Amino acid sequence: MSKFKVGIVVFPGSNCDRDVCWALESSLDIKTKYIWHESSDLSGVEAIVLPGGFSYGDYLRCGAVARFSPLINSLSDFVKTGKKVIGICNGFQILTESGFLPGALISNSNLNFICKDVNLEILSSKGGWFQNSNKGKFINLPIAHGEGRYFCDDDLLKNLLDNEMIVLKYLNNPNGSNFDIAGIVNEKGNVLGLMPHPERSCDPLVGGIDGLHTLRNLLT
Amino acid sequence: MSHFQVNVSIRLRPSVLDPAGEAVKSAASRLGVNNISSLRIGKLIELTLQDIEEKEAKEKIELLCDRLFSNNVIEDYEYSLKKVYE
Repeated sequence: MSKFKVGIVVFPGSNCDRDVCWALESSLDIKTKYIWHESSDLSGVEAIVLPGGFSYGDYLRCGAVARFSPLINSLSDFVKTGKKVIGICNGFQILTESGFLPGALISNSNLNFICKDVNLEILSSKGGWFQNSNKGKFINLPIAHGEGRYFCDDDLLKNLLDNEMIVLKYLNNPNGSNFDIAGIVNEKGNVLGLMPHPERSCDPLVGGIDGLHTLRNLLT
Repeated sequence: MSHFQVNVSIRLRPSVLDPAGEAVKSAASRLGVNNISSLRIGKLIELTLQDIEEKEAKEKIELLCDRLFSNNVIEDYEYSLKKVYE
């Protein structure tokens, strides 16, 4: 096991933190450390995961209260150094609310909480999070969310496309997202936000290993 | 120094689909009210600010609205403020 350590942020209401820990430690042999959201000390971790869940009960808007935690404040310097951050589901919502990623995530257009496996197309390999080869252009990952409809206006969509920031797109759009968007990265590529859960697809025993590459990319 | 009663209303921007509003609209038609052309659901936040001058009160409310109460990617807000105590 290397010295590389990934910080997994825990908010009140996070519920995928242990899944992420299991995927990183058991499937990828990567050390992890839970970081309580009230800490602003990111020393000793080389990458950060904002896991899924319902931080602060999703009060006001998903991620709206979590963005004011001391940890999110200190994330700014962390991101500027080029270190990698991945926000999964509620973590993606926190990243958009706090301005690390553009756009917003709102109620699914059919108002249902959707929990199922979805087929996804890899649009860009920016940041190295997804392998955009002919062999691996399509992947399958589980989603589980009520508010995953990605919203952006036309100008922002053009900007996302021009800068190859849309990395993942639904094949059968389940939630009404603009342009079928399932995941985006920032301009630099070191911050990824996505609604599907790669940590739930890291072992054939639980249905697939399509999430392994994305989590392994935290290391590089 | 005064106290102010503040009401903030937050609305989804017109360009954003409001599925909850659409669902309520369809329930309204089941109640026999069919002439609703548009129904959208927003939020109301009521707060009281104390021991503050009006100018500063407005600055604080706008800070709250811009940074916390609403998300300007998807929402607009407006507020009213009423002096309740000198």
